[in-house]
Amino acid sequence: MLAGRRIARGVAPMSAYSMSDYSMSAGPILRVSNLVKNFSVRGSSGVRAIKRTVQAVSDVSFEVSPGETLGLVGESGSGKTTVGRCILRLIEPTSGSVEFQGRQLVGMPAADLRGLRRDMQIVFQDPYASLDPRMTVGASIAEPLEVQKIAGDHQARVRELLDLVGLAPDHARRFPHEFSGGQRQRVGIARALASDPKLLVLDEPVSALDVSIQAGVVNLLEDLQDRLGLAFVFIAHDLSVVRHISDTVAVMYLGKLVEVADAETLYERAAHPYTQALLSAVPVPDPAIERTRRRIMLEGDVPSPIDPPSGCRFRTRCPRAEARCAEEEPALVDRGQGHPVACHFPG
Amino acid sequence: MSGEVVLSLRDFRVTFPTLFGDVQAVRGVDLDVRAGEILGVVGESGSGKSVTFLGLMGLLPKSARIEGSATVRGTELVGASSKIMREVRGKRVAMIFQDPLSALNPTHRIGNQIVEMIRAHHKVSTKAAMSRAIELLGQVGIPQPTDRARQYPHEFSGGMRQRVMIAMAIANEPEVLIADEPTTALDVTVQAQILEILQRIQSESQAAVVLITHDLGVVARVADRVQGMYAGRVVERGNVDALYAHPTHPYTQGLLQSLPTVGRDRLQPIPGSPPNMMDPPSGCAFRVRCPHAVERCAEEMPVLRPIGDQEAACWRADELRGVSLR
Amino acid sequence: MDADRNDPSVDTTDASVGLASQSLSPTRMAIRRFVKHRAALVSLIVLGLMVLFVVLAPLTARYGVNEAVFKTSPENPNQFLSPRSIAWLGTDDIGRDLYSRLIYGLRISIFIGLASAIFGTILGVTIGAIAGLRGGWLDDVLMRVTDLFLAFPFLVTLLVLRSVMSSVSWLEPIVGKPTSIRFVIVLFVLFGWMGVARLMRSQVLALKEREFVEAARALGAGPVRIVLRHLLPNSAGPILVALTFSVSSSIIGEATLGFFGYGPQPGAGSTSLGKLVGGAKGALLPGYWWLVVFPCVLLVLVTLFVNFIGDGLRDATDPKLDGAR
Repeated sequence: MLAGRRIARGVAPMSAYSMSDYSMSAGPILRVSNLVKNFSVRGSSGVRAIKRTVQAVSDVSFEVSPGETLGLVGESGSGKTTVGRCILRLIEPTSGSVEFQGRQLVGMPAADLRGLRRDMQIVFQDPYASLDPRMTVGASIAEPLEVQKIAGDHQARVRELLDLVGLAPDHARRFPHEFSGGQRQRVGIARALASDPKLLVLDEPVSALDVSIQAGVVNLLEDLQDRLGLAFVFIAHDLSVVRHISDTVAVMYLGKLVEVADAETLYERAAHPYTQALLSAVPVPDPAIERTRRRIMLEGDVPSPIDPPSGCRFRTRCPRAEARCAEEEPALVDRGQGHPVACHFPG
Repeated sequence: MSGEVVLSLRDFRVTFPTLFGDVQAVRGVDLDVRAGEILGVVGESGSGKSVTFLGLMGLLPKSARIEGSATVRGTELVGASSKIMREVRGKRVAMIFQDPLSALNPTHRIGNQIVEMIRAHHKVSTKAAMSRAIELLGQVGIPQPTDRARQYPHEFSGGMRQRVMIAMAIANEPEVLIADEPTTALDVTVQAQILEILQRIQSESQAAVVLITHDLGVVARVADRVQGMYAGRVVERGNVDALYAHPTHPYTQGLLQSLPTVGRDRLQPIPGSPPNMMDPPSGCAFRVRCPHAVERCAEEMPVLRPIGDQEAACWRADELRGVSLR
Repeated sequence: MDADRNDPSVDTTDASVGLASQSLSPTRMAIRRFVKHRAALVSLIVLGLMVLFVVLAPLTARYGVNEAVFKTSPENPNQFLSPRSIAWLGTDDIGRDLYSRLIYGLRISIFIGLASAIFGTILGVTIGAIAGLRGGWLDDVLMRVTDLFLAFPFLVTLLVLRSVMSSVSWLEPIVGKPTSIRFVIVLFVLFGWMGVARLMRSQVLALKEREFVEAARALGAGPVRIVLRHLLPNSAGPILVALTFSVSSSIIGEATLGFFGYGPQPGAGSTSLGKLVGGAKGALLPGYWWLVVFPCVLLVLVTLFVNFIGDGLRDATDPKLDGAR
């Protein structure tokens, strides 16, 4: 997080706005507070159609410091993808606050928001769907430059970006379908970097890639983070990748944060029963370990976010659940472990 | 140890003609699967791991060209008549797919779908078949099976649907069970449950099981033997402990080294990309990404041969063997 | 990855990273698929030649559209002459060369067909895009309007319109006289946009959830840019197909209109294919077969070719037809 890191490789920042308005060392680059997102769906009960609410994200708060990676993990229904979309206001939060570079995003008028989009970008999961199949790769990468009306030679910048992500600059005139998944993902990363952002939300950026290709993209992301001082919100369900790349990890279950800790601590000394079960369930590529380790098996499936359990939402599958868990929802606070855990019986 | 050989492939090949050229999806696969063992088949895009088994099941589009031999206890499947294929499919060889939602008919109740599966191969009454179906649902761990048999697929969660698929697959006590990425679309905690069911079913029935996946952790947990595929060919095969401890083929080595494991500060990707199967590199398809490639690799396609107690398809396997990753 | 490129022993040419030697744009791939549809290809070529032929009308026709092949006289009538050297396809009831009239007629018909299809498509695309993109009440309103137009019985409207036109005089400068080409085109546009609107709307609804559209929004792109740059090019396929079929239905529809007294009338300055087909109704019984056969065959052929082209376009824009994947 040193100020000089930015200019490292001659990648000249192209937006004077972002450099002057926000100092790198002035606190978290992103602060999410009490974020709530509810979706209404039309369900049916017998004959009548009734409106139901999907509580996708319920009161989530966290901070990300400049140049750091926050890993956000969870299974389906956890709400992690929705959180990512809400940060960028691709989905409108129902309530709560999202402060980016000290400015409140929720409720910000569209015109101001558009300018801020320069500084925060997103990389999507599916490299096959996130690029317009009718546009050349170069045109896709240049699009943010056009939309944000960034001055300078766009073609040169596109070549520079392709080089930065490990692709040949000549490939700008090719179409997405000609590339492999890993290469398309690199194009997506190049596009996200075009406007010189400070924060990248990465929504399962390597999940759709072959295992041997994932490593290359992960390395690339780490290098870019070092060079450009980027902050990452890394959303994934693959715990081993998250552990590798994250500084801090937040675990979500059914719209709530259950545990937040730095990567090492979470994986070595997880305190929340869900985190423990999750870690136990992930297959490790080592038969010696796999065959012998003790496994915590959860019963049943992830419940629906339409009608989450009362009190602690995890209690229906939790091996430690007691009466208190149904009555009182545990707050996300430090209970002696050194990091916040939302459980009445952590450890 | 495991029993006799149940499924056997020899020089199995699959080619797809397309508008832009022929895609050589599978280029000569030999394998044997024994009763009572789980063979893990690992590979990435273009490896041909799924196509191989879809091909022997006769589930590929009619335009696909299938050559070579695939036998189930002597019954040849390549070029077999549709009568024989109908006999084999679902009864002697059963398959579980990645996405249970698309494999199940949304307009029929679950119980009826299993009954249909049973009655396609056995002359039993609907009543008898239904009670067997309920028994099967219980076997795969679905609570209140009698009630749930009357429900429709959309009323089940992903994990439950996959259990239903497994129930359907084992309904006729198949000799071979092929699971094509059965847990890829599932949450990690649900995956653990499904893998446990598969292991239990397998030990009870002594079927030969093929588990196709890209997840090296799943294979480490569940498989007895592992075979790695690349560009339509088998590149390495062996006992699971041995293979993970000392992988011989450079692709397997590269794969294991690229995984984020504890203590690994920087990941080691395999440079390059999976090959274009319309025009794969000559000789060994992996050579363009291999740090150990020599001239011979471009000229001659390596054959799978024994190296120690494993098999590897690499001309330099003897020199490279035993490169431990611990 | 940097190490790869600087190391001379590592091959980083296009082939090694899996790229084909020549860039294949989606358009080029579509063309390849189109060409594979033999009937479409032949139709395109033949129709193209026909269009060229009729466009160069004064050169390719032998007589003027209203010109008699020779001056009639009681000893040497010029009416209803069978095909012969001075009139390759025979003459009609007032001695005009059918061959030349077919050329001029086809020209008008193609013009009407194209103009109706293009304007109708533009109108439909606009309405469909707005409905699909905005959603909500605007979508509902526009779709109900579409339903309304679809429910209107075309023929009844034609008859009603006739009488309305005579009493509402200010309508004429806008839509033209009922016998003019402009009127016919306006009518087709007014009753032909609905299919395209629905099609465009469903395309937009499907596309706007695609990640690359979300990506564009994340960049800060506004709705206009998203529609023009992302939604339209990716819907081009089905829209083009609809446009093509709309051309052929306009050509045939124009004949129907002629029956009700709209558009170019016999005896007036110009003629159209529809008029020529319609004019055949009195010619069959007396045995003047050329007046029936040639216009009808031409109409069928033109419609057939246009439909084959539409078929080919549909194949061209369907990537699933590339073969097993």
